[in-house]
Amino acid sequence: MNGNLLVVKDLKGYYRGTFGVIRAVDGVSLQVGESDRVGIAGESGCGKTSFAQLITGTTTPLLHYESGEVIADGFNIWKIPPETLRKEVKCKRLSYVPQAMLNSLNPVRRIREFIADMLRDRTGRKYSVEEASEIAAEHFEKLGLDKRVLDVYPHELSGGMMQRAIIAISTMASPKLLITDEPTSALDVTSQRRMIELMMDIQRKGIIKSLVCISHDLAALNQLCDRIVIMYAGEFVEEGKADDVINNPVHPYTRALMNSLLPLEPQTKDKLLSCIGGVVPDLRNPPPGCRFGPRCEKCTKRCLETEPPTIEVRGRIVKCYPESVSETA
Amino acid sequence: MTENRLLEVNDLTKMYTSGYVRTVQVTGAKKVSFNVERSEVFCLAGESGSGKTTVGNAILRLIKPTSGKILLDGKDAYSYDKKAYWRKVQAIFQDPYSSFNFFYNVDKPLNDAFDLLEQPTSKDERKKIIRSTLETIGMNPDEIMGRYPHQLSGGQMQRLLIARSLIIHPNLLVADESTSMIDASTRVAVLNELLRLKQVEKMSVLFITHDLSQAYYIGDRIAIMKNGEIVEQGTVKDVIFHSQHPYTKDLVASVPPIHERWKI
Repeated sequence: MNGNLLVVKDLKGYYRGTFGVIRAVDGVSLQVGESDRVGIAGESGCGKTSFAQLITGTTTPLLHYESGEVIADGFNIWKIPPETLRKEVKCKRLSYVPQAMLNSLNPVRRIREFIADMLRDRTGRKYSVEEASEIAAEHFEKLGLDKRVLDVYPHELSGGMMQRAIIAISTMASPKLLITDEPTSALDVTSQRRMIELMMDIQRKGIIKSLVCISHDLAALNQLCDRIVIMYAGEFVEEGKADDVINNPVHPYTRALMNSLLPLEPQTKDKLLSCIGGVVPDLRNPPPGCRFGPRCEKCTKRCLETEPPTIEVRGRIVKCYPESVSETA
Repeated sequence: MTENRLLEVNDLTKMYTSGYVRTVQVTGAKKVSFNVERSEVFCLAGESGSGKTTVGNAILRLIKPTSGKILLDGKDAYSYDKKAYWRKVQAIFQDPYSSFNFFYNVDKPLNDAFDLLEQPTSKDERKKIIRSTLETIGMNPDEIMGRYPHQLSGGQMQRLLIARSLIIHPNLLVADESTSMIDASTRVAVLNELLRLKQVEKMSVLFITHDLSQAYYIGDRIAIMKNGEIVEQGTVKDVIFHSQHPYTKDLVASVPPIHERWKI
């Protein structure tokens, strides 16, 4: 296992329905080692959430696992029975916080009752609400969250507070791996900062070992993660150290994406920024060659015909032809 | 100075009241005053619940303010006929998907825009105007016309709504979070389009956003709102990089920078 908490090998997951087959996740590989913080970034519709659902085994109805392997802490997610997955893997080994996390609390139970329910189900022991809230209070205190949160109903909390409470609850069983989907996107900047600090804190205190964070916000990911993966149209196009990918992107798509970002710096106002022309390809019928080809500046005839290889360039894994990503290009 | 003033908002206050017997009052906006010059992008920024949209809706005459005055071209906004007012003030909202009717193709909202104009236009004329407007905002009319909303991306839809407001050619465009739902790569296209409205068409834009970096990119002046009140206003450079109010400082410090890391 060489110390990898999560190994994804050539994973494919398609949506199947009356609309045809959408290749949302098409052959991606990823390794997350111990004490890694990996960020997965991409635009809407590029398959980020589908990827998160596939690696946690919680697919929504139309999304189907096709092929490939997902091994989380020794468990092959798609080969073990669902009940084992639910009882043994989730919460204890990996915890997945979905995008619609605000709906995941029980609206008619106080937070401490909800936690008691959860503990009873996960451990099989009969916890009283008092016992459970004691455990929860200790955990919340460790994370610097207000204990009073335990005594209220979900609707009484603000969005930011609720999200932080959910992250705290999902790490109560000290999972080794925490997977969060868009944890900061619905929040104001001040709550967003507190959320990032909380997740860093959870890792620093050893409650979780590794973190996979999915977001469209590259600036937030850069604060949180040390490795960033850029996803485009169901594929990983660039993977590398966060600073490298942000400051010195290699893949044409990453470059174009970085040029369209608006950092809050005095010089942002001085020049007219550019955007990426064209539209994201229809994943029912992806272009035969490179999926970014039709929108790429460096596109050649070969790019449109054959799929580019996955190569290593300057410490990064890039899906592109070597000529297009060379130093001079 | 007053010659150049398009919109003046004076002590605008809006209280939301709920309940019949024991009424509860919630402040939406409290004594908000600012003005928008001609051919200027004025930004309203703040966190959620700070009353940005309340102010925007009051200017659009979608909600009636409890007290205070809104003057457009020196005349009270409520003294205008509604149609005449909306000829001067138009809006683009946050969610492009809910701005279109999914049963009709996208030509319909563009065609409907002509109903607001004073002079009647013939069908052929309308088509011509729509085509040229789409071309001016850098869209290919053959690719867009006759399509249905679900066939377009969010960025394209927002730009279509800009095209729609260009047909009416208002003096003021209220853009309420109109770029927060679209992707980073296409967002810039919409922002650049708004900048062009200001520079070429000499329109004014009231840009309502929670994202300070977008406000900084397109805005001339900015007002920061908190709990329904404006805490600081001035030019974007002054407010964002030389903030006076502690709340603004806090807000600016919370925006994640891209080229450096926080020490946390």
